[in-house]
Amino acid sequence: MGRLGLRIATAAGFAFLYIPIVVIVLYAFNAQRVQAWPIQQYSTEWFAAAFESPSVRAAFALSVEIGLGATFVALVLGSAAAFAVQRYRFFGRETISFALVLPIALPGIVTGMALNSTINAAGIGFTIFTIIVGHATFCIVVVYNNVIARLRRSSRSIEEASMDLGADPWQTFRYITFPVIRTALVAGGLLAFALSFDEIIVTTFTAGTQETLPIWIFSHLRLPNQRPIVNVVAVFLIVLSAAPVYLASRLSGSTGVGGSRT
Amino acid sequence: MTTSPTALVPKSAAPASLGRRVLSALYVRKRLQLALLLAAPTGWFVVLYLGSLAVLLVTAFWFLDPTTSSIVRSLTLQNFVTLISEPVYRTIALRTVTIAAVVTITDAAIAFPIAYYMARVAAPRPRSILFMLVLLPLWSSYLVRVYAWRVILSPGGLLDWFFTTIGLPGLSPGFSDASMWLVFSYLWLPYMILPIYAGLERIPQSLFEASADLGGRGWMTFRRIVVPLVLPALAAGSIFTFSLTLGDYITPKLVSNTQFIGNVIYDSQGVSNNVPFAAAFAVVPIAIMAAYLLLARRLGAFDAL
Repeated sequence: MGRLGLRIATAAGFAFLYIPIVVIVLYAFNAQRVQAWPIQQYSTEWFAAAFESPSVRAAFALSVEIGLGATFVALVLGSAAAFAVQRYRFFGRETISFALVLPIALPGIVTGMALNSTINAAGIGFTIFTIIVGHATFCIVVVYNNVIARLRRSSRSIEEASMDLGADPWQTFRYITFPVIRTALVAGGLLAFALSFDEIIVTTFTAGTQETLPIWIFSHLRLPNQRPIVNVVAVFLIVLSAAPVYLASRLSGSTGVGGSRT
Repeated sequence: MTTSPTALVPKSAAPASLGRRVLSALYVRKRLQLALLLAAPTGWFVVLYLGSLAVLLVTAFWFLDPTTSSIVRSLTLQNFVTLISEPVYRTIALRTVTIAAVVTITDAAIAFPIAYYMARVAAPRPRSILFMLVLLPLWSSYLVRVYAWRVILSPGGLLDWFFTTIGLPGLSPGFSDASMWLVFSYLWLPYMILPIYAGLERIPQSLFEASADLGGRGWMTFRRIVVPLVLPALAAGSIFTFSLTLGDYITPKLVSNTQFIGNVIYDSQGVSNNVPFAAAFAVVPIAIMAAYLLLARRLGAFDAL
């Protein structure tokens, strides 16, 4: 393929990636309830309507709550696993990375359905707690990948130097190890939050009547008079799931597919 | 590090608290440290995730009593007999797998030139911008991107308007298998670009020069150097494009009028409350993915993830 052909194919590929996103952003400013193209008249009135909608606000609050819960669990478990794998030699060490990536390598519906059958069989109700458990299960790998990449790049000798200079293990962790992994934790946490905030498949199978923001969109997008508000919420969701990614990649340098989602 | 060593001295001179004595005692016991670090994550995974998968497998062998509509917890093959004997489930499974395969091939074809341009042609600065531009759609809301396509594909939408304007009305795919193919290819494209990009970036420039020195033209170099070296990365990307299509039910629901395996699972579980049947059908993508992952591992995909 010639240079020019390559350029054209690349440009077309990026147009393909971005046209739908641009279209949905434009529709959020559509003054009419009818979603025809081209858009006749633009307006910002639906932003106020979405902001005032009680069900949107409740869904947003729930999504934030779940995102924070899942991120917290992922940070604790993901970094513990990263330290164990990077700093120690033990039987089954290779299996851990593979096991952690399973929830995102297997289709989301498998994770969802597995948790759903367990919740059903155990007879525990579907609550915000079961949603957090479901989300944390696939968020752990994101934190794990970020922290382990940082640990691999950083040298242990500065920790040894700290101990040689008389610091106890807590001081070494507080003043040396933690600052080294801090930005990796922030990046991993942001990505985990973005993943959780956007998740719908696992949520559907682990939720009862709870409505997160993606579930709110899914249940309202067929209602013609709700469409303008759905468009606004959609744009909001794009911004809120893309912003952490931008910040995270500034902080950590890379976020590969291995740290990605269902 | 910003903290100077002198700042540490007064603190360690103070009488050590209980917590610090515990930490110091722990410091020399490597096995205990490891056990403490591993307990929570492995416990979570073994009990919650692998345990749930086991429960899923067992549930698949239970059945729903149609007269009382309660779940009977005794093992039977009834769900699997239904899956195999009803032609509709075969059609649905076949449709799901076919579209997943076609989407994977489509994404490989679209992703390759983009990844090649990014890895071997673009200068460092445009390259990092392009990298970000691939990353953003990958992470931005999946549901919203499907919804955007629903708006574009719907009657009177952008595609309808486009084909009418260029004088070919009726060519818009509307809601069909073709629209699913289009939307799935769109959704998972970044998952294919990134591994191929990483794979292409790793090929040393000297191999291209050696190939040229030995008389290899563009096509020859591509076929004998690039393709073999990029194959593991391609296999890695295909795990995502294939697996994510296989398990989806949102996209078929929003941009098509046909069903995927996921739709049957979703409806059995959510609408008719037949959890055992849903579990049994969920075993199908698990089995397909297990076979696929074994194949991908032989192609070296796990080293390219």
